[in-house]
Amino acid sequence: MMSTSSFQTPNLLPAVPEMFVLAATCVILLADLFVRDDKKVITYLLSLATLVGAAILTITLHTGETVRTFSGSFVSDPMGDVLKVFVYLVTAAVFVYSRSYLIARNLFKGEFFILGLFGVLGMMVLISAHNMLTLYLGLELLSLSMYAMVALHRDSINATEAAMKYFILGALASGMLLYGMSLIYGITGSLDLVEINAAIKSLDDSQMMVAGLGMVLVIVGMAFKLGAVPFHMWLPDVYHGAPTAVTLYIGTAPKIAAFAMVMRLLVEGLGDMHVQWQEILIIMAVLSMAVGNIIAIAQTNIKRMLAYSTIAHVGFLLLGILAGTAEGYSSAMFYAITYTLMAAGGFGMILLLSRSGFEADRLEDFKGLSERSPWFALMMLILLLSMAGVPPTVGFYAKLAVLQSVVGVGLTWLAVLGVIFSIIGVFYYLRVIKLMYFDKPVDTSPLETTTDMRIILSANALGILYLGLMPGSLLALCVAAIG
Amino acid sequence: MLADLPLLSLVIWTPIIGGLLVLFFSKDEQAPLARIIALAVSVLTFLLTIPLWTGFDNSTYQMQFVEYVSWIPTFNINYHLGIDGISMPLILLTAFSTVLVVIAGWDVIKYRPAQYMAAFLIMDGLMIGVFCALDSILFYVLWEAMLIPMFLIIGIWGGERRVYATIKFFLYTFLGSVFMLVALIYMYIQSGSFGILDMQNMPLGMTEQTLIFLAFLIAFAVKVPMWPVHTWLPDAHVEAPTGGSVILAAIMLKMGTYGFVRFSLPITPDASQQLDWLMITLSLIAVVYIAFVALVQKDMKKLIAYSSIAHMGFVTLGFFIIFAILENTGSTQGMAMAIEGALVQMISHGFISGAMFLCVGVMYDRMHSRQIADYGGVANTMPIFAAFMVLFAMANAGLPGTSGFVGEFMVILAAFKANFWIAFLAATTLIFGAAYTLWMVKRVLFGEVANDNVAALKDVNKREFFLLGVLAVAVLALGLWPAPLLDVMHATVDHLIEQVMHSKL
Repeated sequence: MMSTSSFQTPNLLPAVPEMFVLAATCVILLADLFVRDDKKVITYLLSLATLVGAAILTITLHTGETVRTFSGSFVSDPMGDVLKVFVYLVTAAVFVYSRSYLIARNLFKGEFFILGLFGVLGMMVLISAHNMLTLYLGLELLSLSMYAMVALHRDSINATEAAMKYFILGALASGMLLYGMSLIYGITGSLDLVEINAAIKSLDDSQMMVAGLGMVLVIVGMAFKLGAVPFHMWLPDVYHGAPTAVTLYIGTAPKIAAFAMVMRLLVEGLGDMHVQWQEILIIMAVLSMAVGNIIAIAQTNIKRMLAYSTIAHVGFLLLGILAGTAEGYSSAMFYAITYTLMAAGGFGMILLLSRSGFEADRLEDFKGLSERSPWFALMMLILLLSMAGVPPTVGFYAKLAVLQSVVGVGLTWLAVLGVIFSIIGVFYYLRVIKLMYFDKPVDTSPLETTTDMRIILSANALGILYLGLMPGSLLALCVAAIG
Repeated sequence: MLADLPLLSLVIWTPIIGGLLVLFFSKDEQAPLARIIALAVSVLTFLLTIPLWTGFDNSTYQMQFVEYVSWIPTFNINYHLGIDGISMPLILLTAFSTVLVVIAGWDVIKYRPAQYMAAFLIMDGLMIGVFCALDSILFYVLWEAMLIPMFLIIGIWGGERRVYATIKFFLYTFLGSVFMLVALIYMYIQSGSFGILDMQNMPLGMTEQTLIFLAFLIAFAVKVPMWPVHTWLPDAHVEAPTGGSVILAAIMLKMGTYGFVRFSLPITPDASQQLDWLMITLSLIAVVYIAFVALVQKDMKKLIAYSSIAHMGFVTLGFFIIFAILENTGSTQGMAMAIEGALVQMISHGFISGAMFLCVGVMYDRMHSRQIADYGGVANTMPIFAAFMVLFAMANAGLPGTSGFVGEFMVILAAFKANFWIAFLAATTLIFGAAYTLWMVKRVLFGEVANDNVAALKDVNKREFFLLGVLAVAVLALGLWPAPLLDVMHATVDHLIEQVMHSKL
């Protein structure tokens, strides 16, 4: 252990992207005060520039090696770098998609972008955390930003209710997580994930029981953040109640961060308790896939439908993690990244169809889209097929990779359950395709969108298709990142 | 020069890229241009398949025109293509059928013709890809991707209950295939390769083989379709536009039986042997029971759909009767006859069912009804058409001289070497097949002119004459002189029998 008596300047280099985002966000926060309401596009552009800058920094500082700093509480490793780059990318897409929607609802204010950037910072800290406190810090920074964002539309009863629900349940989950962490700290004597991992090996049976209790509580907290059954109740309500732009934000990048949290805590911290947490994860994964896919069928609101679909996807992602092998982790990472890209496109499509005074969040709003806009119907088709896991979209390879890692550890029955639930899932995605292609449009007004949104959304969907045809490089990246 | 080109890739990607190109001419006023491009692309694709036949080496079972590029190195998945004597004829059939479908939809499809044509072209490439793929994941990707255009074709251009039919079609086939996926992954974990040829050579225990065989069975039985998972087919056929029915019957059903010879028999020979009673039973149920079901249909398309199921029962019977033949006679000659008969039946059924659906399409375009009861005496007003339809009906019933006879005869003959009663039951198809087909023909074509609508019918135009004429030539040619097709298959079938007889335990 490093001596605490003599102060050493920590190696700041691994944390430069985080420091940049923090500084830039504070600058934007100040600058936003001087920007007139009709010129908020400046804030918007500065936010995008921050994300681009962070991406450049992360990529240039990427060494491919694992460097720990701040007394081991912060880590920069290939997995973290890859995940962070996708967080920037997806968040930037979220900002672009949200612009017209926010303007139309008089929400195009600095707060959305500043909170969004603080959320990104939270995610970055969470991804790079290698100490329970750092991890908790990142998580809370992210969560608090999201609570506030859900409540951003303060005149909306739905949004306020969603924010309240999210905050209370989120605080409860954070409490559980913290309690679990404290138990683990109590029994291992350390907050550092590496030291925890080392200490767990030498625990006796009674100590193991306390550690086990701590692990269960930690898993409960994480399951809440991920939205895994049975801790998923908040998810449909929050997705539904929040302004769609915020739903888009919540539903995408934070999933990548949540994946990192699971990796750090369960795999790097409690890796030796794999046998114990595998069982819990199996139950949660099966329940998530079952509940998510089956309840999604009954939804008439597409935001709620996608919320349940998220729950189902989380179940699939957990399958990869519970395999407990390097292949399993990299497949889960691939799943998290590709799911995030798909979700961004899917919610983006709702934003595309929305206009002032009209939320295109009912399934009927997609009726006849192929006549109103053949191109975007095709894009949505690609996104939906990818979520359903139909080749040649990337969603298929995500499922393939996960199934393979599950079969690889001898849990073939779990893979069979997984595919059965994904067939059930196909039904509700097909129903949206049916609405778009086989039904006549109710609303024939042309789409009101900006060119940048059209381009990014098209690129998003075509990217899903491209990754479906050429998944090799991203898969290899994930494998290399896990090491 | 041709030999240097990656012919298989060209045959796969030409229609796909051509189909995407056609999509750019989606505006209504561009429809004529879209049709012409679609026709050009489909004809070009067909022409590209001809060197596959002329350049094919009949003397070897080895894969030919092989292409091999690493695709997803992480999982050792490769873009591995190649054809043998089983897949080559099917590729030609696919490209040929697509040309006919494009012509058949020429001025009939008024609603979004460009997208209609594009869907068929893209499907053309995907289906050819399925027959070429030698990597199981490549196979699976194409196999599933193929569902998407068909889903849209039935759903957009289909009949009244199209939504029900197309979702049922998609879910059934998807349900079947995912079990295959799990089996493929399992074999990958065991052998480290997704290559189909590697899987054919890997050793597998009996329990594993049985489970893998059953997983394959679910996937392929849905596609064939075999009783009792056939119920999607009549719905899909009835609601699909004519072109969709043609492709479904002529090509898509063949995918299931192709899967049996490419995967089930060579990868799980011992399980195939042990479970051959199951396959034979299911096949006979298809042949006998479904024939009765066909007999009572009031809808022409439904009748032909059921007749397709019965005919495909012959194919699966031919594939799985071989173990009984071996046990009884000890010679591989009978086995080869059974398999070759089944393969010929696949090609022949592609022509005949396609032709029958086109015939119904010709009448439907004029009368907008598929009900047998709405017709009667069509031969009086459409004599040329009636001549064609009678020919195809005869072929469907297995009349000697038509392609329908060759395959069925070979399978029945081979079945006699296995078991008299199996052969007897299979042979009843010659009676029932004749009964349902000819009874339909009698009610639709012959007799007095039934009503004013029939009286007002106009005979086939040049386009329709061409379509039916080409198919008539194909049906007769294959029926009178099947030798060229059989020659292509011999080496491959002999190798398949070797693989099947070689226990993997």
